[in-house]
Amino acid sequence: MTRVHDMGGRFGDGPVVPEPEDVKFHADWHPRALALTLACGSLGLWNIDVSRHARESLAPKDYARFVYYEKWIAALADLLVDTGALSVDELAAGQAQGESPLAQKKLNADAVAGVLAAGGPATRPSDGAPRFGVGDAVRLRARSENVTVPGGHTRLPGSAAGAQGRIVRMHGSHVLPDSNAHRLGEAPEPLYAVALRAADIWAHPEHPKDEVILDLWDSYLDPA
Amino acid sequence: MLPSDPALRVKALETILTQKGLVDPAALDEIIDTYENRIGPRNGAEVVARAWSDPAFKAALLQDADPVLADFGFYGRQGEHMVVVENTDDVHNMVVCTLCSCYPWPLLGIPPGWYKSDAYRARAVREPRKVLAEFGVTLPEDCAVRVWDSTAEVRYLVLPQRPEGTEGLDAAALADLVSRDSMIGCAIVSAP
Repeated sequence: MTRVHDMGGRFGDGPVVPEPEDVKFHADWHPRALALTLACGSLGLWNIDVSRHARESLAPKDYARFVYYEKWIAALADLLVDTGALSVDELAAGQAQGESPLAQKKLNADAVAGVLAAGGPATRPSDGAPRFGVGDAVRLRARSENVTVPGGHTRLPGSAAGAQGRIVRMHGSHVLPDSNAHRLGEAPEPLYAVALRAADIWAHPEHPKDEVILDLWDSYLDPA
Repeated sequence: MLPSDPALRVKALETILTQKGLVDPAALDEIIDTYENRIGPRNGAEVVARAWSDPAFKAALLQDADPVLADFGFYGRQGEHMVVVENTDDVHNMVVCTLCSCYPWPLLGIPPGWYKSDAYRARAVREPRKVLAEFGVTLPEDCAVRVWDSTAEVRYLVLPQRPEGTEGLDAAALADLVSRDSMIGCAIVSAP
């Protein structure tokens, strides 16, 4: 079983409601929540996979009822407490108890443009050569679960687990989120774009030619 | 604990973090200004317009987008590993992130609300044609749909088809035609 965030293919959601391009945020606090999360990321207390896992670890009933940036803020508070950057007492009081020893790592306004432009590439050299090439048939791991950490982070959607696909693109070697999200090391592996026939993952595919393409790591795959 | 109203909760968190010296409110203003005013779908539209006008550029973009986009100055957070996929008469590409909301920020800015919605995340992979219909798009019966689910740090941009009757337009005029939604694969670009 995966967690609540893994909703691809789920039934019961309503229509998608398009929006004009000039609508960027839906409340004044949304951009503030976004910026606060990005700024705290620069403190270096967690990586992007740790922070994704924090959002996914919200209780399903909270994940379902929170608006988007509410999930971000809830996960941010959890991360700040987990890493000791803030205490539960400080959150409860709404007041800091003294300056943080991490204050010298604060993201200053004049550094923002550089940090956003630099990004955080996920490519790393890996020990293992790619086991597959474009056109190869592969079988996806049977269960969309983290193989090391129960309930841990993984990027194999439940709807695709166990399906057969074929490699359509090589992405080089990337950090493995299943490991990095739990601070177990970056453990880089070859990453591939894998095409699955819609007819192989859905009982009622819309069209025989349709495909879903997933980015999947080497250890998620076996030869088919 | 933090107040239950999310607006108050964000404010309380910002206050505590500022007091602790962990956050510079001016840096938050700078981040917001970047994504509200400086980085948005116009970046992607410029790339698309150039690809429509310059076959060698288009070939390089489809082959290995990262160096091409870096030359344009469109590199950065949430756009470190880009792949551009081309719509043709035979294949229509669409992009989703079923697990969260991954999106090519340097090219398109912050994702729209619908892209982050449960409905889009749940349905785009299973019934893309019904979702497209909700955007007013109907594909020819023999056109295949490829839905790219951004499950890793690779970000996808759709290169829409150039509309007929735009031969005389320069790159700036072409870019004006390219909508954000067309670069996610949820719209078709029309001639002016």
